[in-house]
Amino acid sequence: MINHDIVVVGGGPAGMAAAIAAYDNGVRDVVILDREKNLGGILQQCIHNGFGLHKFGEELTGPEYANIYSKKVAERGIEVYNETTVTDISKEKIITATNSNGILKIKAKAVILAMGCRERSRGALNIAGTRPAGIYSAGTAQKLINCEGYSVGERVVILGSGDIGLIMARRMTLEGAKVEAVCELMSYSGGLTRNIVQCLNDFNIPLYLSTTVVEIHGEERLEGVTVAKVDSKNQILEDTKRYIPCDTLLLSVGLIPENELTRSIGIELNNITNGAEVNQNRQSNIDGVFACGNVLHVHDLVDYVSDESEIAGKSAAKYVNGQLSGGKEIDVKAENGIRYVLPQKINLENTEDIALLMRVDKPYDRVQITVKAGEVILANVKRIRAVPGEMEKIIIKKEGLVNICDSITVGLEEI
Amino acid sequence: MIYDVVIAGAGVIGSMIARELTKYELTVCVLEKENDVSCGASKANSGIIHGGFDPEPDTLKAKLNVEGVEKLFDAAKQLNVSIIRNGSFVCAFSEDEEEHIKALYERGIKNGVKGMEILNGEQARKIEPNLSKNITLVLSVSTAGIICPYELTIAAIGNAMDNGAVLKTNFEINKIRIIKDLFSVYSNDGDNVKAKYFINCAGTYSDKIAGLIGDNSFEIICRAGEYMLLDKCEGGLISHTVFQVPSKEGKGILVTPTVDGNLLVGPTASLVETPDNKETTALGLEKVRNLAGRSVENINFRNVITSFAGVRSSEKNGDFIIEESKAGNNFFNVAAIDSPGLSSCVAIAEYTVSLLRRKGMCLVSNKNWNGNREDPHKFKKLSDDEKNKFISKNSDYGKIICRCENITEGEIRAAIKRNPPAKDLDGVKRRTRSGMGRCQGGFCGPAVMRIISEEMGIPMSEITKKGNKSKMISGRL
Amino acid sequence: MERNITCIICPRGCPLICEIKCGKVYVWGNTCPKGEQYGKDECLSPMRSVTSVLRISNRDDTMVSVKTSVPVSKYRIFDVMQKIRFGEVAAPVKIGDVLIKDVFGADIIATKEIN
Repeated sequence: MINHDIVVVGGGPAGMAAAIAAYDNGVRDVVILDREKNLGGILQQCIHNGFGLHKFGEELTGPEYANIYSKKVAERGIEVYNETTVTDISKEKIITATNSNGILKIKAKAVILAMGCRERSRGALNIAGTRPAGIYSAGTAQKLINCEGYSVGERVVILGSGDIGLIMARRMTLEGAKVEAVCELMSYSGGLTRNIVQCLNDFNIPLYLSTTVVEIHGEERLEGVTVAKVDSKNQILEDTKRYIPCDTLLLSVGLIPENELTRSIGIELNNITNGAEVNQNRQSNIDGVFACGNVLHVHDLVDYVSDESEIAGKSAAKYVNGQLSGGKEIDVKAENGIRYVLPQKINLENTEDIALLMRVDKPYDRVQITVKAGEVILANVKRIRAVPGEMEKIIIKKEGLVNICDSITVGLEEI
Repeated sequence: MIYDVVIAGAGVIGSMIARELTKYELTVCVLEKENDVSCGASKANSGIIHGGFDPEPDTLKAKLNVEGVEKLFDAAKQLNVSIIRNGSFVCAFSEDEEEHIKALYERGIKNGVKGMEILNGEQARKIEPNLSKNITLVLSVSTAGIICPYELTIAAIGNAMDNGAVLKTNFEINKIRIIKDLFSVYSNDGDNVKAKYFINCAGTYSDKIAGLIGDNSFEIICRAGEYMLLDKCEGGLISHTVFQVPSKEGKGILVTPTVDGNLLVGPTASLVETPDNKETTALGLEKVRNLAGRSVENINFRNVITSFAGVRSSEKNGDFIIEESKAGNNFFNVAAIDSPGLSSCVAIAEYTVSLLRRKGMCLVSNKNWNGNREDPHKFKKLSDDEKNKFISKNSDYGKIICRCENITEGEIRAAIKRNPPAKDLDGVKRRTRSGMGRCQGGFCGPAVMRIISEEMGIPMSEITKKGNKSKMISGRL
Repeated sequence: MERNITCIICPRGCPLICEIKCGKVYVWGNTCPKGEQYGKDECLSPMRSVTSVLRISNRDDTMVSVKTSVPVSKYRIFDVMQKIRFGEVAAPVKIGDVLIKDVFGADIIATKEIN
C-alpha cells in the first residue's frame, strides 16, 4: 500500500486543474492517476478552437488548452501515474488501480474524482433496424480522425446537434465527406450558436429539428437511415418518414458522467445530473471525496470545468490540512424552469461568495432568475435569452448566507 | 484430405457435435459461412436452460431437454463457461393461466422434470420482491439455469479445435456433390472440402443445405425475436428467470438476469421471410418493454445498453429433426433446433453421434482428448497477487482497454490467438466482453482495432465489425 | 443584395438582416453595437480559423493537430485544407512550430507536441 495525501482520478482538464490547485494551496503530496499516455483527456482529440476564451482571453485548441495545464503539472513536479486505470475506490479511500507494473493500492487522505463523461450509445436510444458497421459515437469518430488519421466514412448523417455533433459535421466536411443531414430530436439545437453558424451554415449542412433517426439499414456496412419528424410529445409522424442513403451515422446524443467508481465508494447519484451531489466545496456526502468537471455534471465550456476543479482542488487541500470540517448544510433546490443547480448543498461554515451553476429546462426569451432563501432574495439576474445548452452562473454573496437556516431555491420567471 | 465428418454450421449445435466427435479418432471439419462462429441463433437467444416441462411428452424435445440439462452443466464446467442454476418462474396472472400452470406442472412430471414446485403470488414475491403484484400463481423450477450461448459455442468449437477439429469460416456452401459415398462440398469462392459423413447443422439455412442434395423433406420457419439488454445496474432486480404463461399472442416475454450480471428482456416472436431478417423494429421493442413490465416491476428502461434480434428456426411439426436424410446415405439433418435447443445441445450432440454409430461409423476413443478449456476470463477472477504475477510476465495484462468491463490488452490479444481466433470487432467483443458494456465500444473500439491489426498483420482499413464488407474505416485522411 | 445571418457574438443569436449596397453594409435586427459590427464583417470579409491534422512522416498512425496562425477568408477554407492534406512533417514537433509557411495569408502551426 502506498500513501498519498490527495489522489486525483483522471488527468483531463478537471483532474489537472484540481491537482494544480491542491498543490498551490499547500498540499505537496498530490498524484494524478490517468488512463492515457499523455495528460489532457478528451481535449487531445478536440483539435478545434474556442477553448480558453473565459480563462485566458484567447481562442485555443483543445491540445493547446491541455498543454497549458500539463506544463503546470510538470513544473510543480506533481506525480502522474500514466496508463493507469482505477478499478475501485473504497469508502476508506483506498484506491485500486492497474498498470503495466501491476495492481496498485493507494491510501489517500482525500480523493478528487475527475473521470469525465462518456457518450450515450446507439443501444440507449433503441433505434430499430440492423446492426451494421459505420455507426459511431461522434467522439469515437473524432478520435479515429484526429488522433489516428483515418477517415470513417464518406456519406454521413449525424444524429444530435450538441456541440460534438456540430463540430464533427464540419470536421468530416473538411476531410471531404458529404454530411447529408444533422438531425435533432428536440425543437432546438443543444449546441452553441456559433457552432451552428460556423459548423453547419458555413458549409450549407442542413439541420433538421424535431427529427430523429427511426431505422438503420444495411447488413454489413451502413447503407442508409430512415429519418422522421416527431411531434411535441416526441411521437414519430409516420408520413414524414424518408430514407437517406449514407455509409456513416454519427451519434451525438448526449453525455453521461462516468460514475461507476463514484458508485463503488457508495456515493449516491443525482438523477438529473447523473453525478454526485456536492456542496460548494465540491465535496460529496462522503468526507474527503470531492468531484469536479464532467463527472459531476456535463459542462459546455472547458473553462468552467477548470474553474470548478480549482474549487475542488483547493477544498481538498483544506480538508487534508484540517481546515474543512463540520458545519451545517442546507439544500439548494431547482424550481420553475431550472433543470438543475449545482452545488446541491451549501455548507454554512466559513463560506465565501458562491457561484451557483444551473441550466434552464428549455429555451427562453427574457427571463429573470431568482435565488431565494424563504422569501429573502439572495440574487437576481435578468437574461435576454437563456438556453439549456449554455450554463448560467449566478453569484451569491457570503453576506447573504449569514442568517439562513432553511433551504435555498432557484427559479425563473418570464418577464 | 478427406475428412471423416464435415459439419455445416458453427452454431452451438454444430460446435457441440464437433466437440463430441473429437472424443473419437475422427477427422472433423466445420464449415461456417460467416466470419466467425456463433453468428446465427446461437448469438441472439435468451440463454436459458429450461427445466423441460414445456415440450410435449414423447418428443425428441422432451427427451433431449430433460436429459440435456445436467449434461450441459457438466460440459459447461469442463469448458469453463459461466453457468448459473438460478431457477425459473412461470407466472400466471388469471384463473385461466393458473390452470395452464397446473397443466405445465403435470407435463413436467410426465417428462421427468425434477425440482418443480407451485407457489402462490405471495410466496413467489417473498423470493422475488420485484415480481408484479398481479401475479397469482407461479411454477418454480429449481433445475433451470442461465448460460451465455455464444460463450458456450465459442468454447465448444474452441475445445473441438484444440482436439484437432478444423474450422473454416467464410465458407458458404453452394454445392454438394456426392461421389459414390463421398461428399464433395463447394463454397461460393470455389473452395472444396471432402468427407464421408455430412452433418447439417446450418440452423435457419438447414433446409436449403438439405435441398442441395435433393432433400426437400422439411421447410424451416424463421421467427425473429427481439431483445433488450440492460446495464448491470439493473441486473439485481431479479434472480430467477421470469416467464409468463404462453398465451395466444405467443410464448411471452421473459425477464432474466444474465450470467454476466446484466438484465435481459425479450423475445418477441414474429414470422420473418428470410433468416437474414435480424432487424429490430420500433413495434417489437415497444412490445418487449410493455410485456416485460407486466411481470417484473421497476425495470428502468433508461438503462438499456443495446437491443438486438435473433432468428430461430422451427418446423411445422414442432419437434427437432435429428435423423439421416432419406435423400442421402450418411447425410444427417440436425435441424429445426429452436427452444429448448440450447438446453439440449449436449444431449443433441450425443444423440447425433449415436445415430452415426448405429450407421456403422467406427468410433475409437481418442486417448489424447482433453475436454477442458481454459477460462477466457481467468485473469479477471485472479487475486491481486496472482494478477501481479501475470502482469510481471506479460505487461499487456496491466493495460485496461475496455473501461466498462475492465478488459485488458492481454485478454484481447489472447482471444485473437487462441481457438477459435477472433478476427473482427464483434469476435473480440463476444470472447472478451470488450465493448460489451455501457459505452458499447465507444472508448475501446479504436484501441481494439489497433490490436487486431497488429495481431493479424493487416492494415486498419481491413478491420471489420463482423467480416466481409463490414469495414470500420474508409481509408486514411 | 440582402443576406440573413445569425449573430454569434452572444447566446442570444440575433437574426440579422444585412443589406449590401455600393460596398457598404446596413444591418438590421441587431440588439447591440457589437452585432452591427459582426454583420458588417460577415458580409464584407468573413474570416475563419481553420484547424485540422497533419501527418507525421516518421511515426506510424500519428497526426499532429494544427491551426492557421490567423483567421483566413471563409472562402479559402478548402484551399487551406488542400495544403494541409498533402502536407507532412517529421517529429519532433513543438506547439507553435510553423509547419507550413504562408497559406493564403496564414501559417499552419502545430497545436500539439509530438516527441
